[in-house]
Amino acid sequence: MATLEIRDLHVTVEADNATKEILKGVDLTVKQGETHAIMGPNGSGKSTLAYSLAGHPKYTITSGTVLLDGEDVLEMSVDERARAGLFLAMQYPVEVPGVSVSNFLRTSATAIRGEAPKLRTWVKEVKEAMERLNMDPAFAERNVNEGFSGGEKKRHEILQLELLKPKMAILDETDSGLDVDALRIVSEGVNRVRETGEVGTLLITHYTRILRYIKPDHVHVFAGGRIVESGGPELADKLENEGYEAYVKGGASA
Amino acid sequence: MAEAQNYPVGSTTAGQIAVAAESTVATRMSAPPSFDVADFPVPHGREEEWRFTPLERLRGLHDGTAVATGDGVKVDVRAPEGVTVETVGRDDARIGRAGTPVDRVAAQAYSAFEKAGVVTVPKETVLSEPIRIAVHGEGGVAYGHQVIELGAFAEAVVVIDHTGDAVLAANVDYVLGDGAKLTVVSVQDWDDKAVHVGQHNALIGRDATFKSFVVTFGGDLVRLHPRVAYAGTGGEAELFGLYFTDSGQHQEHRLLVDHNTPHCKSNVMYKGALQGESAHAVWIGDVLIEAKAEGTDTYEMNRNLVLTDGARVDSVPNLEIETGEIVGAGHASATGRFDDEQLFYLMARGIPEHEARRLVVRGFFAELVQQIGVADIEERLLAKIEEELEASVA
Repeated sequence: MATLEIRDLHVTVEADNATKEILKGVDLTVKQGETHAIMGPNGSGKSTLAYSLAGHPKYTITSGTVLLDGEDVLEMSVDERARAGLFLAMQYPVEVPGVSVSNFLRTSATAIRGEAPKLRTWVKEVKEAMERLNMDPAFAERNVNEGFSGGEKKRHEILQLELLKPKMAILDETDSGLDVDALRIVSEGVNRVRETGEVGTLLITHYTRILRYIKPDHVHVFAGGRIVESGGPELADKLENEGYEAYVKGGASA
Repeated sequence: MAEAQNYPVGSTTAGQIAVAAESTVATRMSAPPSFDVADFPVPHGREEEWRFTPLERLRGLHDGTAVATGDGVKVDVRAPEGVTVETVGRDDARIGRAGTPVDRVAAQAYSAFEKAGVVTVPKETVLSEPIRIAVHGEGGVAYGHQVIELGAFAEAVVVIDHTGDAVLAANVDYVLGDGAKLTVVSVQDWDDKAVHVGQHNALIGRDATFKSFVVTFGGDLVRLHPRVAYAGTGGEAELFGLYFTDSGQHQEHRLLVDHNTPHCKSNVMYKGALQGESAHAVWIGDVLIEAKAEGTDTYEMNRNLVLTDGARVDSVPNLEIETGEIVGAGHASATGRFDDEQLFYLMARGIPEHEARRLVVRGFFAELVQQIGVADIEERLLAKIEEELEASVA
């Protein structure tokens, strides 16, 4: 069973000619089949956690370990992490000029699976996955994220999640900028992947709204660069009612 | 790249749509067109038509100091049966009918060449194989002139392939009879030190179709002037271009489509990729719709993909409209860069770095390459693109 173990993770970023520590000792274990929601106020370091796990060059790991099935993730390049089974659904997916969605998906699937998917079954697989996400087939011929609406970008991220079948999915504010219909469609996509029981999910969000559609097993409050409280789904209800105020103060004094 | 424009440091892109009684396209040249080099002062670099070009790298083509050496280029023409291939003297009446030199180097080429090549496809002759003109640089200085003429309703594909090392100023005339169809692929695959300057004039007959691919990879400095005018109504021009500008290279394409005749079409699409320190690409796209050119339909676009820091693009589309009675007119220019975020996005989906670059560049050029329709040239271009990319990784 796949397990992602994050131990005492410290991460810095260079900004304005100064080094700033964003993550200050994150500990978290996510097992295959589990869904963990990470909730926190803006600027708490949630997205830094997501991008650090994926290997974004902007972030420097100063100490700590990240293991996926015992393998040292921090030693891997960005593409190696993806091939090892990590997937990051990005908050702001990047436009890639000149590369069509269909070409991108196939190249990616080939890299992840280690061989090119058979063309006939692949076309069907993509078509069906797109239908489930209410995506127009014409979408496949557009350039990656170019001119996509916010909702289209997020659906495209979840389409990749469904096709690439990672061991660990990190969803970084996938709910942000979505209207209720788009949120439902995207959440259903995530749930289809979760229901296979083969993926561990790290759901990073500012709002509790998405948790009505995607039920977490564990909820963690993230503040001041670390997890400050962990609990079950009931913790989300508490945040819904009380907000982050208590944690923001607590995080600052800690 | 659509509307999302992302300008790297050093890139400029400017454009204008002018509605003018007088043509600024013509008047902003520093001297009127002429076949005589003496009619053009030696450029000093601040003229509108020279301001992007490093004159010192022209090796004397612009100031009369580059003297033909006799071992400049070797030209080899292979044509299928039915085509006439001739080498003629300067006084041959078929030379210079498609257009007049518009700058000092084009006039220098016209004033200095000794023999011209003339390739003629007789009327109603439809070729199934391309005409291939190999221009191989032997290391010296050369001036040249090439005429390619298609009679009425003739159809041909011509590949002009430039390789080796030379300092070359050469003009090409394409003369298309009524209803003729000509596809031209001009490949500038020079060695690193070559200098190549030329004016390509196309005169498109009534209902004729001219399709041109200008492909520039090599050379230290390449500066080409593809120009189109129409001899009758119903003419169509498709001008495609592809360049891959490496570190230290200067590649400049200056186009003019002169809609001087009613009911003609033009479509311009040039795409370039740049990589490396001091790679410099210049694209000037002038489209002039003259007052009498009612029913004109034109579109031009230039796209640039900047792969690394240190490269510079100057892209200037310029559409000038003297009549409102047209079907359509538009232009677009965008310079985007392949940046670390794009690389991260692709790699985060398992795609290795070199594969990610290849994916982006091949995708960027694919729609152009596929339109060439000459299989061995398409394959060679794709291989060349791969080679350029490999060089950048190494």
